[in-house]
Amino acid sequence: MSRTVYDLIGLAAGIAFILALKGLSHPKTARRGNLIGAFGAGLATLVVFFYSNEGSSLPLNNLGWILGAIAVGLIIGVPAARKVQMTQMPQLVALFNGVGGGAAALVAIVEYLNLGDQATTAVVIFTVFTVIVGCVSFSGSIITFMKLQELMTTRPVIFPAGRFIIAATLISVLGVGGWVVTALGTTPLLILAALSLLFGVLFVLPVGGADVPIVISLLNAFTGLTVAASGYVLDSTLLIIAGTLVGASGTILTRLMAEAMGRSLFGTLFGAFTAKPQDVAAAGEERPVRSGSPDDVAILLNYARRVVIVPGFGLAVAQAQHTVRELADLMISKGIDVAYGIHPVAGRMPGHMNVLLAEANVPYDQLAEMDEVNPTFGQTDVAIVIGANDVVNPAAQTTPGCPIYGMPILEVNHAANIIFLKRSMRPGFAGIENELLYDPKTMLLFGDAKASLTKVVSALKAL
Amino acid sequence: MDSMAIVSIFVLSVFVGFEVVSKVSSTLHTPLMSGANAIHGVILVGAIIVADHSKTNLELGLSVTAIILATINMVGGFVVTDRMLEMFKGNKK
Repeated sequence: MSRTVYDLIGLAAGIAFILALKGLSHPKTARRGNLIGAFGAGLATLVVFFYSNEGSSLPLNNLGWILGAIAVGLIIGVPAARKVQMTQMPQLVALFNGVGGGAAALVAIVEYLNLGDQATTAVVIFTVFTVIVGCVSFSGSIITFMKLQELMTTRPVIFPAGRFIIAATLISVLGVGGWVVTALGTTPLLILAALSLLFGVLFVLPVGGADVPIVISLLNAFTGLTVAASGYVLDSTLLIIAGTLVGASGTILTRLMAEAMGRSLFGTLFGAFTAKPQDVAAAGEERPVRSGSPDDVAILLNYARRVVIVPGFGLAVAQAQHTVRELADLMISKGIDVAYGIHPVAGRMPGHMNVLLAEANVPYDQLAEMDEVNPTFGQTDVAIVIGANDVVNPAAQTTPGCPIYGMPILEVNHAANIIFLKRSMRPGFAGIENELLYDPKTMLLFGDAKASLTKVVSALKAL
Repeated sequence: MDSMAIVSIFVLSVFVGFEVVSKVSSTLHTPLMSGANAIHGVILVGAIIVADHSKTNLELGLSVTAIILATINMVGGFVVTDRMLEMFKGNKK
């Protein structure tokens, strides 16, 4: 195959990636967009086998190894993607992103070893960039995976003098990077890789659970840029286009996600440098709350005309999406008007709750977005908040200076009655008290969301 | 390839990347991130190229690892994105 044909097919794959991102931005075309992307990636992979880069003969060297490795990747990747629970999907995406970053770093290292003295300064600079960012993306993604999988604490991990250690690591990474560029050699490059892995860990550790999705999105953009840089090293236009597209769209997406969550992007990213060790917010003085039994909740629901269900993170954790649908169906059969109020960032990632409820076959027309549902809370008899806290906290509107001030919320405080299904009085991810819990019209039902809902369903059936 | 061409490709790709996703609704943030994640799995192409170049066992070992990781990234990414989007199927208004 001539270089021209090879490049033209690469261009076709690049166009496929643009159409894929475009398609993925609209609900109606999203699935097709993803398939176009898969087609482009498959085409690009296939065509490499029919073109040899440096005039060496076909078939490719080490063909058996290459095909075997692809087979191993398929055997690991496909079942993981097919079998994962939808609630655990965010951490799988994080893991896939991490291995992509690791692959880019390895590619750059191999090409560096291979070129030896022939590498131009520009190639070495791009190699250094790929190794640093690829390794940060790899180790950082592993930490985000561990946080989301709850293999470690989801709270920010901040240690004494942490910011000095992080700053020192960053300076050493850059220093060793400069050393590789000037002195060349394998040892400095491996030291660089090790330091970058360490920096990735330190960079993500201080990030709190609620900000993890933003970091995953950012690391995703990082990996895109490493792919673009390795495209320069390997003289592959396709890798430059694909990597840059992901880097740019990933950056925008990171910003949009931060906005939707009412988080400051700067604060999230540089939290590592500014975070000071602090005590976990001391539990406030014991204040009376009104807690109820599943029967109390069932009675309240039985006499309601309109009920809005506000699902949150706790519902996802308890895997209660099917039970909540059962409850909703039961209420509808009793002639109660039921809607789900979906906060844009409910769940573990923006849009995650929509995926979870769609999985439980909740009809799309019952899902109401925040702007739709907020004006209706005044006519709502009961708002059931299941495992959500920060997204309904009125402090976001009333308390300037609190961490979530300015974040749009679901205004359940306007409903006649509020029921909170919670595991404990622990505050939400943002770590701030919710005044609504102490409101006289609020009833709390403590326990695992799924177990509580099951009890409410059977109590309501008995009425 | 001359550097001006590379710079042009890079800058244009940045603008296209910004433009295509600038109006996405928050419902699609997660699938879009996952889809973009799968696209950078195309580093598989790079991994295959360096495996072809590999002359020592070390190089081959590293590039075989890179191929495995990149395949997981690419194929797993597209499959999981498709599963996510499948959930929305038939539920449109």
